[in-house]
Amino acid sequence: MTIVIGFTPEPASTQALERGLAEARLRGESVLLVNATKGDAFVDTRYGTGTTIEDLQRRLEESGVEHEITQPMGPDIADLVLEEAERVDASLIVIGLRHRTPVGKLLLGSTAQRILLDAACPVLAVKPPR
Amino acid sequence: MDNLNNLMDGFGAAITPTNLLFACVGVLLGTAVGVLPGIGPAMTVALLLPITYNVEPASAFIMFAGIYYGGMYGGSTTSILLNTPGESSSVITAIEGNKMAKAGRAAQALATAAFGSFIAGAIGTTLLTFFAPWIAVQAVKLGDPSYLAIMVLALIAVTAVLGSSKLRGFIGLFLGLAIGIVGIDSLTGQSRMIFGIPLLGDGIDIVVVAVAIFAIGEALWVAAFLRRRPQEIIPVGRPWMGKDDFKRSWKPWLRGTAFGFPFGAVPAGGAELPTFLSYVTERKLSKHPEEFGHGAIEGVAGPEAANNASAAGTLVPMLALGLPTNATAAIMLAAMMGYGIQPGPALFESESTLVWTLIASLFIGNFLLLVLNLPLAPLWAKLLQTPRPYLYAGILFFASLGALAVNLQWFDLALLLFFGLVGLGMRRFGVPVLPLIIGVILGPLVEERLRKTLLLSSGDWSGLVSEPTAIIVYAIIALGAIGMAVTGAVRGRKDTTTEVSA
Repeated sequence: MTIVIGFTPEPASTQALERGLAEARLRGESVLLVNATKGDAFVDTRYGTGTTIEDLQRRLEESGVEHEITQPMGPDIADLVLEEAERVDASLIVIGLRHRTPVGKLLLGSTAQRILLDAACPVLAVKPPR
Repeated sequence: MDNLNNLMDGFGAAITPTNLLFACVGVLLGTAVGVLPGIGPAMTVALLLPITYNVEPASAFIMFAGIYYGGMYGGSTTSILLNTPGESSSVITAIEGNKMAKAGRAAQALATAAFGSFIAGAIGTTLLTFFAPWIAVQAVKLGDPSYLAIMVLALIAVTAVLGSSKLRGFIGLFLGLAIGIVGIDSLTGQSRMIFGIPLLGDGIDIVVVAVAIFAIGEALWVAAFLRRRPQEIIPVGRPWMGKDDFKRSWKPWLRGTAFGFPFGAVPAGGAELPTFLSYVTERKLSKHPEEFGHGAIEGVAGPEAANNASAAGTLVPMLALGLPTNATAAIMLAAMMGYGIQPGPALFESESTLVWTLIASLFIGNFLLLVLNLPLAPLWAKLLQTPRPYLYAGILFFASLGALAVNLQWFDLALLLFFGLVGLGMRRFGVPVLPLIIGVILGPLVEERLRKTLLLSSGDWSGLVSEPTAIIVYAIIALGAIGMAVTGAVRGRKDTTTEVSA
């Protein structure tokens, strides 16, 4: 079985990564890191490139957990994460929650919410450190 | 000295709160569109053409000039930080600029680009101040046959020199010339190419064509390839450079300016060739040749100075002869005609205040660019995170608004969509846009001169070569054509031999 971790190069996501790795070690399962992008801008700060991915690789090697990174591209981030989870028949999805302002919540949809509602397996949502 | 006095009057007119505001807006807007790949100063000026309906000519041109200079500057930021040129003129900058940024010297690369642009812009504009009036004085003496010859030279040169394929270039040019013919002929009253549609009788407004080709065509093209992998951007703070960087940069700045200005000033020069020449020269002359390919500051300083100097150079034929040699100058010329100002050698006489205010505003805009852009660099980098759907929704909105504002009729929107699809097709098949726009704008002027000449010689074709200047220009065209045919043949033969040997 595989644990899917929704990954972005942000602090909130580091928490989710660590949590997911701990869980994988505990259960003796592998992890699949999903770093998705909409691909509709020249620069996406939540998409890992170059050194970010290298650092991530190093961290994963250290953890000793069997791992894989995938970087899909599509119109909806939540769908991309869910598709990957379905593909590997995930036992658990780990995502990081970001702090959002009331206005932000009003205007924009939430990727985390979509994953929580639509996932076929349990979802573990990790909050950022205060 | 007369020029200096005129220039001082120009400064007087340019330094009013309103005009300074327009200069600021232009410079900021220009840098923003320069930073964003795919959106350039030509498209922006085209989208802003409707403002010419209720803004003073001087203010409008001050803003357009700011956009033009700003666009040249902004392109370098993207080249350096993202390794994707924001504009075609900063392709060369990416070679060394991005390597510098990767080595942690992004701040120095941006700084040398900014100072280089400023110095080249200042020198280029000064040269413009002295050259353009002189050329205009000479050009006023030219008759219709010579002027016609020069325009034909510009058309052919712009089409043949730029771009990889001459066939594609001429397809673009003839498309443009054909669009320019549509409408009722002013001399004979004949309807030409209106396909039985009376609404086409007034001809196709240049605003509609320009906005469609630049904005709609680009928007459709981007929509067709919306999702692309985001690229690695190198974070940067405030650009700065040390004493050592200055020592290594000032000579490339000056040499880049020397390459850029003349190439901009001759028809068909463009900014691509001088930036390339500057890069090659700096690599040869550098005391640190081993650094080239790993981020040499000379390789950023030279080309960036060259592209700004060529931007200033381009304004020489535009103001002195009424000849646009790049897309932005072409659209600015269209704006001039929109005001009912006849571009040409007489411009310095008839619209002296406007021209000198514009030149003065170039100095101001150039200074503003330096002051604004050094602290704003991180902000410009953030601009690249804008999702394309938002960006192009805004562009399509302004494009439709602009096309509708021309005559307030739905037919122009239909034309906009039609030419937008033409623009998409041109991008798909690699047909350059510049010859088309220049063809649309210069075509009717060429025709007018041709018919005047033929009327004067009562239909005798020898009237076309009745002036020595005209003969010389036609000889240059013939020589150029022969030269291109020969190099083309030699290159073609070389290619086949390499194929055979391989």
